[in-house]
Amino acid sequence: MHIKIENLDFGYEPNALVLKNINLELTGPKFVSILGPNGVGKSTLIHCINKILVPTGGRVLIDGVDVSDIHIKEIAKIIGYVPYSANDTFPLSVIDTVLMGRHPHSNWKSQDSDLKIVYKALRTLGITHLSMRPLNELSAGQHQKVMLARGLVQEPKILLLDEPTANLDIRHQISVTKMLRRLSVDREILVIMISHDINIAARYADEIIILSEGGVYTSGKPSEVITADNLKEVYGVEARVVEDNGRPYVILDDALPMDGEEQMWEGN
Amino acid sequence: MDECEQNVPSAMDGYDRMVEDYHASIARKILVLSTSIVVLIVLIILSCAWGTDNSFGTAYKAIIDHIMGKTYPIRSWEWWQDHYIWQNVMPSIVVSIIAGAGLAVGGMVMQAITHNPLADPYTTGISSGACLGAVIAILIGFTFASTAGEYGILSNAFIFSLIPALLVVTISRRVGNSPSTIILIGIAVSYFFGGMITFLMMMSDPIKMYEAYRWQIGSVTGIKWGDIPFMATAVIITSIITYSMTSKLDLMMLGDDSAKSLGLNAEQFRTVCLVMLSVLIASIISYTGIIGFVGLMVPHIARFLVGGKSFFVLPTSMVIGSAVLVFANMVSHTITFYTEVPVGIVMSFIGAPFFLYLILRKKSQRQIF
Repeated sequence: MHIKIENLDFGYEPNALVLKNINLELTGPKFVSILGPNGVGKSTLIHCINKILVPTGGRVLIDGVDVSDIHIKEIAKIIGYVPYSANDTFPLSVIDTVLMGRHPHSNWKSQDSDLKIVYKALRTLGITHLSMRPLNELSAGQHQKVMLARGLVQEPKILLLDEPTANLDIRHQISVTKMLRRLSVDREILVIMISHDINIAARYADEIIILSEGGVYTSGKPSEVITADNLKEVYGVEARVVEDNGRPYVILDDALPMDGEEQMWEGN
Repeated sequence: MDECEQNVPSAMDGYDRMVEDYHASIARKILVLSTSIVVLIVLIILSCAWGTDNSFGTAYKAIIDHIMGKTYPIRSWEWWQDHYIWQNVMPSIVVSIIAGAGLAVGGMVMQAITHNPLADPYTTGISSGACLGAVIAILIGFTFASTAGEYGILSNAFIFSLIPALLVVTISRRVGNSPSTIILIGIAVSYFFGGMITFLMMMSDPIKMYEAYRWQIGSVTGIKWGDIPFMATAVIITSIITYSMTSKLDLMMLGDDSAKSLGLNAEQFRTVCLVMLSVLIASIISYTGIIGFVGLMVPHIARFLVGGKSFFVLPTSMVIGSAVLVFANMVSHTITFYTEVPVGIVMSFIGAPFFLYLILRKKSQRQIF
């Protein structure tokens, strides 16, 4: 699987681009993590990849084909998506929610094979015991795992995840990230995960993309891009980066004042 | 051992149990649906018994005999009873069944496409359009039909009720049809039309004002067999179309981003649903006036009973919607001895406390929204 992003622009308002001239190439199987401060367009970027948003300029190519030429249902067959949060206003059961991930593949009713795929996904995430529970009664972490399961049953070649570990405790953050890494190897897929946890990303990702205001600041192997200077420049933090088992590990020291940003009161 | 690190065994240890549980839950839902159908049938017979001051058994026998084609000597007691049931009582029951089912479908679809548990079939302001059309016909005498009177009011209500929906669809296509946009446009249109209704009523004489006001309160009385085919056709066609789209409605309930990522063009689907609902609801309220609560409340009751999957929520909502309106119609004839209380008022009396009861129940048991 190969994603090529060419001169991509996107703005929610005509004169305010969130993404400016993004150029990226990603080839799977690989586990990629996208890092960057709030509001730089991480979610917007992955929404442009799977056509949830239509770019203002430029294009996204999947294996050489422009996504704007691919029907949204065909995209859903090759690109899985796990949202940051999903609407659970209505009381759908976990099994029915995960079965919806099969929608791009099966149209009318769920076949036995779909149930098998759903069971495997629930088993992978250790949530088979929740299968008959209503989604809106689950904890935030359990909810997040159900969304992950739904992404898995799409059986995609590319899996996009918007902060999949945001609501998980540290133990589950590690296990889910490891599972995603293993998934990229076992199923030979390209996994692209947005994350705010630099250390977890640095420890497990094959490649890291750091976005800053408007574009790609840098990308490469974790040891190449997770540096004190980059963190200072992009996040505005003072940090030390040490090596641990060949991977960078970040020790955060302080937040630096940013140009033009209103300061928060940090106590006396 | 870490849950996510376990290797997925090739033997599907708990698979059979999960499938068993899943099929058992489907069987429970079918049982609930079947029970609802039985309750509806009982209510229909009870309504006939109540309407003719007969026992349940007598009413049941009279209905079955008629369906089996039994005839009676003209002007005999049985002939009069049969005539009274099928010409006076049954039309309002059939309209209650059709309108209840249609409003429940409308509410369920509107809640799904707006992701809003408080949405109902009138969210786009369709009821204010219908009211304005009827009020214009009653107060000014301007109608879209060649004749004034009943059919003039009817045609006006139908055509005017499509205006708010048309505005919502047109404006939301220009500015992006997010659920909140649709709801806000619907509110704005309702206020505007509401203002025009009030202005027209203020300018009219008290008798016409009463007639115009009376139209706005939903009622299923006075409807004849000849009125039913149009409404029935709209409800049947819409229900069949909606039933073929239940998996897409489920996707819509997850939110637009998730729906799109699973291959559904959410905006386009929402527009199709809005157009379909507009015709459905217009065809009902132009005959019945504004019957509240069915479209809002019934889908929640159905979800409470059979879960959130639209494949089961849709038929259950339709049956419960019919049953609720048949019951309300029955009660509307018995509250007072000297006059019929419109079913719209009865629905508010029944609906509001029942809805509060469900909300209180939610605290101790399961969530309903």
